[in-house]
Amino acid sequence: MNLSVSIGKLTLQNPVMVASGTFGYGVEYSRLLDLNQLGAVVVKGIRLGPVRGNPTPRTAEVTSGMLNAIGLQGPGVDGFVEKYWPFLKSLRVPSIINIWGTTVEEYAEVARRFDAVGGVGALELNVSCPNIKEGGAQFGTDPKLLARVVAACRKATTLPLITKLSPNVTSVVPYALAAEAEGSDALSITNSFPAMAIDIETRRPKLANVTGGLTGPCIKPIAIKLVWDARRAVKIPIIGMGGIQSAADAIEFFLAGANAVAIGTANFYEPQTALAVIAGIQDYLQCHNITDIRELTGAVRLS
Amino acid sequence: MVEQPVQVISNERDTDAYFRLVLRAPEIARATQPGQFLHLRIPPLRDALLRRPFSIFQANGETVSILYKTIGKGTDMLARMGAGEELSAIGPLGHGFTVPARGGETPLLVAGGYGMAAMYLLAERSPQKGIVFVGGRRRVDILCEAEFRKLGWDVRVATEDGSYGEKGLVTQPLLAEIQNPKSKAESARPAKQIQNPKLFACGPTPMLKAVAKIAEEHKLAAEISMDEHMCCGVGVCLTCVIPVKTASGWEYQRTCTEGPVFDSREVVWEVAK
Ligand SMILES: Cc1cc2nc3c(=O)[nH]c(=O)nc-3n(C[C@H](O)[C@H](O)[C@H](O)COP(=O)(O)OP(=O)(O)OC[C@H]3O[C@@H](n4cnc5c(N)ncnc54)[C@H](O)[C@@H]3O)c2cc1C
Ligand SMILES: Cc1cc2nc3c(=O)[nH]c(=O)nc-3n(C[C@H](O)[C@H](O)[C@H](O)COP(=O)(O)O)c2cc1C
Ligand code: FES
Repeated sequence: MNLSVSIGKLTLQNPVMVASGTFGYGVEYSRLLDLNQLGAVVVKGIRLGPVRGNPTPRTAEVTSGMLNAIGLQGPGVDGFVEKYWPFLKSLRVPSIINIWGTTVEEYAEVARRFDAVGGVGALELNVSCPNIKEGGAQFGTDPKLLARVVAACRKATTLPLITKLSPNVTSVVPYALAAEAEGSDALSITNSFPAMAIDIETRRPKLANVTGGLTGPCIKPIAIKLVWDARRAVKIPIIGMGGIQSAADAIEFFLAGANAVAIGTANFYEPQTALAVIAGIQDYLQCHNITDIRELTGAVRLS
Repeated sequence: MVEQPVQVISNERDTDAYFRLVLRAPEIARATQPGQFLHLRIPPLRDALLRRPFSIFQANGETVSILYKTIGKGTDMLARMGAGEELSAIGPLGHGFTVPARGGETPLLVAGGYGMAAMYLLAERSPQKGIVFVGGRRRVDILCEAEFRKLGWDVRVATEDGSYGEKGLVTQPLLAEIQNPKSKAESARPAKQIQNPKLFACGPTPMLKAVAKIAEEHKLAAEISMDEHMCCGVGVCLTCVIPVKTASGWEYQRTCTEGPVFDSREVVWEVAK
């Protein structure tokens, strides 16, 4: 049975990774699960310099999901390389670095710096964080800006590039096409959805940032549709994510058109989810006499 | 730190809205340090997905217990679980209290509400017996006083409504003790000067802030356990942060990993909510 998939020149032993911002820098979960069983580890978003992040409360639980407005707290490129890279480098599975910036030039500079680090599996361009004022989402909601970010990063690195699209657009198709045209090797779909919750006793928003990004099982059907929309527009691989908590959820993403999947919010409540999803996918393939995971991609039956 | 299914041994009402839950969790029990916590997944919660953090109250051989207050869906559901039922626990988590060395500091513990639970193991393992100052709104908010007395500790109670102990905030008897150690003449035991006192506190943030201020004014060291909303409990999501001083200013640090216990002088109280 073949579980391995490719993202540009990067080959993954299986198609199940963990989503940026939900798995820290890998090391935190290494005592609870064997990271070498994963397809890849995707780390929390990093820009050039350190980022303090938003005031608290930063997350709130909602029905079948959660809101977050962390504000991309992080150590910056140098802090990351010093503190976290030695551990990630020692893993047998690739690390994908989620990067962002407030200008096109910053994205390109961060890409260049990670190119020089050596041993990075791929870069995921976060153009879709809803929780910071500058950078992030603005690049993901204007196809021309998105094209410039991808093109600049493409020039700055030979590493595989994954563009993580924003769901906060009328149609993902122009964004998927722009990323593909500018040399993105793959797409990640989807980031969190802009959302809000209010405490009715205090009448205060549940997040200090007032609004945040909605994630978890409640977004899955919307994410499936986004993957489906993009699949019909582009040829490059799609990493599907949004509310996956079981192999069944993951398989739905493959059928809609994903080539790989990522587990996000579920890590917080069941850290073993990714491993359970890998095992469950194998069972499914066996039960259905499928020998290669790639046969599932886009295999939804329409009639 | 492990993640494992744990079985409910007992789950009984303590006072009013407070319950004691005893779980079979040998690996966690053996590893627990004072001030650490458990992250519990309550399986019947279905559409409320996240785990809930609770301080480890007692850890004995095969079991750990928590003392919790029912305040919402998770704790209400927890209160309905019975012996033999299972839930998933991650623990022990977090950086706890520093147990004083033999002949070292004498702990003055300051607790509000379920903050008492976080301090029991510290009292049990401290070579010097000290004083525990416990406060709450009403008499029913004063938890596990008997356990501390059984350890031979002096317990001083304050309630806001005056229904038990001194009327007012817990910081009043604390201040009185620090300013004038002989003031406890009315208490059962004979007065003695506390040798080398150190403060340890767990409770609501305003209480912790007040304790930090007292510590600063009286040049005492204080370790405080912060109560912040948590999500992952293991350091990956960056939900649970508080502002902590650094060489060049301050940064947000995680209460689930760098904390929940911090040196009170490290916290930037002007920024903390
Ligand atoms: C390190 C740590 C140790 C803790 N130890 C204990 C303990 O020993 N005993 C105990 O009873 N509780 C303890 N708590 C608090 C406990 O985690 C919450 O009471 C619990 O998560 C509430 O879950 P719920 O589903 O019942 O409430 P929800 O339905 O989620 O929320 C109900 C209401 O309570 C508020 N709330 C939720 N969590 C907290 C919190 N952490 N602090 C203040 N308000 C909150 C919510 O904003 C909401 O208004 C601890 C918290 C932390 C961070
Ligand atoms: C707390 C939190 C932090 C996140 N941080 C990032 C981030 O730094 N960069 C990024 O591209 N996505 C980030 N995301 C989005 C996730 O990677 C993922 O796209 C999203 O959560 C949807 O998947 P899920 O429903 O399985 O969680 C974050 C999500 C959460 C919940
Ligand atoms: S609760 Fe996730 S980092 Fe502390």
